[in-house]
Amino acid sequence: MNRDKTIISEDNVYRNTVMRRFLKHKLAVASTIFLAIILLCALLAPVLSPYSPDKVVGGFSDPPSVKHLLGTDQVGRDVLSRMLYAVRISLLVGFASTAVSTVVGVVLGLVSGFFGGILDMVIMRFTDMVMSFPYILLVLVSAAIFRPGLLNIILILGFVDWPGIARLVRGNVLSIREMTFIQGDRVAGMPKRYILFSEILPNTVAPILVYATSVIAISMLDEAALSFLGMGIQPPQSSLGNMLNGAQSISILTSKPWLWVPPGLMIILLVVSINFIGDALRDAFDPSGN
Amino acid sequence: MQKERQPLAEIKGLKKYYPVRDGIIPHTVGFIHAVNGVDFELYPGETLGLVGESGCGKSTIGRQLAALETPTEGSIVYEGQPFTERSAAGMRQIRTQIQMVFQDPYTSLNPKKRIFDTLSYPMLYHGVSTRQNINKEVDRLLDMVGLPKNSKGRYPHEFSGGQRQRIGIARALSLNPRLIVCDEPVSALDVSIQAQILNLLRDLQRELKLTYLFIGHGLDAVKYISDRIAVMYLGKIVELADARELFENPVHPYTQALCSAAPIPDPEARDRKRVILQGELPSNKDMPSGCHFHSRCPYAVEECKRSEPALIPVRPGSGHLAACPVLAQGRWPKEDANA
Repeated sequence: MNRDKTIISEDNVYRNTVMRRFLKHKLAVASTIFLAIILLCALLAPVLSPYSPDKVVGGFSDPPSVKHLLGTDQVGRDVLSRMLYAVRISLLVGFASTAVSTVVGVVLGLVSGFFGGILDMVIMRFTDMVMSFPYILLVLVSAAIFRPGLLNIILILGFVDWPGIARLVRGNVLSIREMTFIQGDRVAGMPKRYILFSEILPNTVAPILVYATSVIAISMLDEAALSFLGMGIQPPQSSLGNMLNGAQSISILTSKPWLWVPPGLMIILLVVSINFIGDALRDAFDPSGN
Repeated sequence: MQKERQPLAEIKGLKKYYPVRDGIIPHTVGFIHAVNGVDFELYPGETLGLVGESGCGKSTIGRQLAALETPTEGSIVYEGQPFTERSAAGMRQIRTQIQMVFQDPYTSLNPKKRIFDTLSYPMLYHGVSTRQNINKEVDRLLDMVGLPKNSKGRYPHEFSGGQRQRIGIARALSLNPRLIVCDEPVSALDVSIQAQILNLLRDLQRELKLTYLFIGHGLDAVKYISDRIAVMYLGKIVELADARELFENPVHPYTQALCSAAPIPDPEARDRKRVILQGELPSNKDMPSGCHFHSRCPYAVEECKRSEPALIPVRPGSGHLAACPVLAQGRWPKEDANA
């Protein structure tokens, strides 16, 4: 399609407004910078880490020293190196499982809200059912059945986290469907796929994005919990959760804080910063704000 | 004169009931009688105004004419062929030839789409324009409704209500329609903007030979734009006449009350005689028997509770129709009032 240059420049008006509102949130901006740095470190883990994460390179549970900045774990592996790789895994699980659950949730929500009737009822009752399961138990049992491992963890978390998004999308579709521009499309005989994907979906992207951000944080927490309980990422592969595993013992918890404080702190910081970003996004997209 | 022409669209015995569902196990407990048997014709090039208070079914008629809803009973005939007997191709013709302009200019445009996209997709889909010509076509549409060419790259939130309504009209025009259902197109706008939009609609009608079904509750706007006006009360037409005739010589007591309720900007007219209706608008869940208006009519007689009046000419051969049992018996309501 051919458009003049003037059109392209005006295209950015909305984006600029959102950007301006987002930048007002100092915490969110700081979180974004923090997350960007961590992301970069995670991506560059093979370059940055001083030692191989799986190799025994020091004594058992050595405290932090110049040689090992964050000490070594119970089998003598470098904690800093392991953590760099662990952040990689945690972020991967967070983003990938959120991608899975967003796709599932958006598809089910769109279908449910747009077509309504029996289909809507079946999908929504199924959603309620998934939601009413004790969450951690469901994840644990599935992990036990499908064997713990990176891909399985991503899929399990992805297929458990979608009900919130499905409900959100359905609600949005229900309200947008009744707006007059959709009726205009129907008067003009536009096909359903056009109404659904070209008219309704773009109007639900903002709330989906906001919600997905919080799902990323939740997925990372779930992965950590699962790995902590030994049903998540399996050693020797490291994840923030299974690095905390050692903290199950009282002696480590009380006398060897370098084994659990860094990964624990990292989880907290990641989750908190993602949530700040989510909050700022919500405010930035809110049309009633200024 | 209108009698000789072939109507563009005919509404025949149109009824629309909405089920009311209630109870622990939801079931239909009753019906909202939105439209209760309406007949009228739309002639090419004319504007038929449809007035009545909120909830009298005027918008429902418009939505059915635009094929957004299907009638419970009765039929809508377009160019001699009923909607229900049309093939898929026939309905496609309806989809391009009958368009709608909506009341709320703030929700009638997709906020996430440029004006260009909103206008171009339907044209491309229906093959009204080709990809090579689409830019020119959109420019032409914007020009027709009095908007600058650079509007097409903008988003709806950059426009005022009146401008948005112009875009809404451009969108309705984009498929080269013959009939446009205007569903209260000016009631959400400032008075000064209302006049602009009404004039635009009028000019477009002359230029493109459009037919309008103009739905409104502002009497002034409807009077200004309409050739004929139908007054509705509780899902039925109570009076239908040429615009001037209706205002100068209202026959039905409801029309009289409606006309006298409209303020006249003239201090001299302050003491004019007003017809003020008693009582409340009955629920359209359970309709009054006989003439729906009998519960509030100042001239009602016992007969009114029993027989449902038909829409008949006021004088033999006149195009001025009214539905009033008193009138049907040959008793002129006005004389009763003076007595």
